[in-house]
Amino acid sequence: MTALLEVKDLTVRFGDHVVVDEVSFTVERGGRLGVIGESGSGKTLTALSIIGLVPDSALVSGSVQFDGQQLLGRRDGDLSQLRGEQIAMVFQNPQTALNPLMRVGKQVAEPLRRHHGLSKVAAADAAVALCERVGLPDPSRSVRAYPHQLSGGQRQRVGIAMALACRPALLIADEPTTALDVTVQAGVLRLLAELVAEEDTALLFITHDIALVPLVADDVLVMRRGSIVEAGAAEAVIEAPSHPYTIELLAAARKTALPPDDHVKVLS
Amino acid sequence: MSWVRATARSWSGRVGLVLMAVFLMTVVMSYIWVPYDPRRVGERWLGMSVDHWFGTDAAGKDLFSQVLVGARVSLFVAVASALIAGVVGVTLGVISAITPRVLGESLAYFIDVLIALPTLVLALVLVGLFKGSLVTVSLAIGVSSGVVLARILRAEVAGVLARDYILAAHASGTSTWRTVRRHVLPNIAPIVIVQVSLIAALAILAEAALSFLGVMSRSRPSWGQTLGELQPHVTLHPGAIVFPALFLVAATLGFNLLGDGLRDATDPRLRSGGRGAGGQPTATGVLPDTAVVSPLVAAPPTTTTIAGTDR
Repeated sequence: MTALLEVKDLTVRFGDHVVVDEVSFTVERGGRLGVIGESGSGKTLTALSIIGLVPDSALVSGSVQFDGQQLLGRRDGDLSQLRGEQIAMVFQNPQTALNPLMRVGKQVAEPLRRHHGLSKVAAADAAVALCERVGLPDPSRSVRAYPHQLSGGQRQRVGIAMALACRPALLIADEPTTALDVTVQAGVLRLLAELVAEEDTALLFITHDIALVPLVADDVLVMRRGSIVEAGAAEAVIEAPSHPYTIELLAAARKTALPPDDHVKVLS
Repeated sequence: MSWVRATARSWSGRVGLVLMAVFLMTVVMSYIWVPYDPRRVGERWLGMSVDHWFGTDAAGKDLFSQVLVGARVSLFVAVASALIAGVVGVTLGVISAITPRVLGESLAYFIDVLIALPTLVLALVLVGLFKGSLVTVSLAIGVSSGVVLARILRAEVAGVLARDYILAAHASGTSTWRTVRRHVLPNIAPIVIVQVSLIAALAILAEAALSFLGVMSRSRPSWGQTLGELQPHVTLHPGAIVFPALFLVAATLGFNLLGDGLRDATDPRLRSGGRGAGGQPTATGVLPDTAVVSPLVAAPPTTTTIAGTDR
């Protein structure tokens, strides 16, 4: 059986400027891959080029096989059949990824109406069920709320509900917790991990925070300046990083997150 | 009628609604009861009286009747111009922003060229070429202010298209037209409403100006025409122009203020909570989100060199 997603020599350039340089990786069915890298390392563009949402000025080459079909070079109309149905995406900033003028329930049900042709009434019921699954309080009332009436964590749960509405085979999560408080991150991550496990959805988890990777991913890619510098099982890479950049990232993660016990000891 | 209540929440919305109501009632009344035929000649320069509420003009025509019947013209021009401008503006603005570069850019230049034609001058030319009918004037005002609206909307739509929720909509497979309908149009609606109501006010003024100049068909009385006829005598009989002018000002101001109020009412972010759904869901403190304790961070016992300086 072939892998769900097979990316080969993916290159994205703007004019002469190469932003993603011959990136190759695979995601198995139900597999969970973390992609780590600093801002500007090409993580997001890699994800966007999988579903063909790169800006018009970008030149994309290489190969993206999804479920045995080549996605690069496909017409936008064909790709939009896949988007939201087979491949869905959760975005970084839940403040801006939801339409401020549309009630939450309508937005959650939008992919279902588009892909499964649900009626308004059926979609409204589905929205309540989805909001319940992602743990929104009082789902039947939450669906009637506007995004600005929800907290950041709740909005991201809405984003996840929307992405998982059609039970996609692959979920791309682009820094889904970066814009959230540290205290809220854990809840959202746990939810994400739970849901993809239950639905057997493959996950492509993009982050700049290496500490989050073992929570949601089995394998990991480390990207820097558009290229992959290290790849392997998440635990192994974190236990024994081989590339100096990975070591640097790990050191940075440890420095910023001192275990609370140590603070207490020093202060007392 | 929840939008009326929402509009009435702001000061400008309230005044706008009242002025609009007066304006509409004037028009309705003109179809039910008009004291005299507005063209009937009688005794000249009568003051305000029970027989002639607003007095009579130089030809002895009843001013109150002229104001009543003239309101129809203003309403027609306002609504027709606003509709035409809205359709032209939204269509051109949205198309020029979403279509691929070539078509969008050339449309934008076309819009810029059209903007160069001043509304009133274009209207004068069209009225001269065709006849001074209300349809001609509405078309002239509607199209020329529609292209101005298109330019404003082009920038506005481009701004909306750059937002993340548009990308999110694309990522969930929403088609371009559905995206426009569901996400773009609602988000530019407040601007369209304000602009269109400004255009309606402008249309009333423009029609009044053309009638004042006497280039419009004289088949039906309008406020501008009435004011134009009173103008030569304004130093001798200043009182006569007060009421027709007041109505013109009130209608114009009413559209402007109503636009302001509607804009505030259409944006749910500006609405206070507790409307409709019975209050908003609690924002925080409901979800069991707890602090991150990642295995990575917990694993190695960290040295306390940093913590020493940490207060």
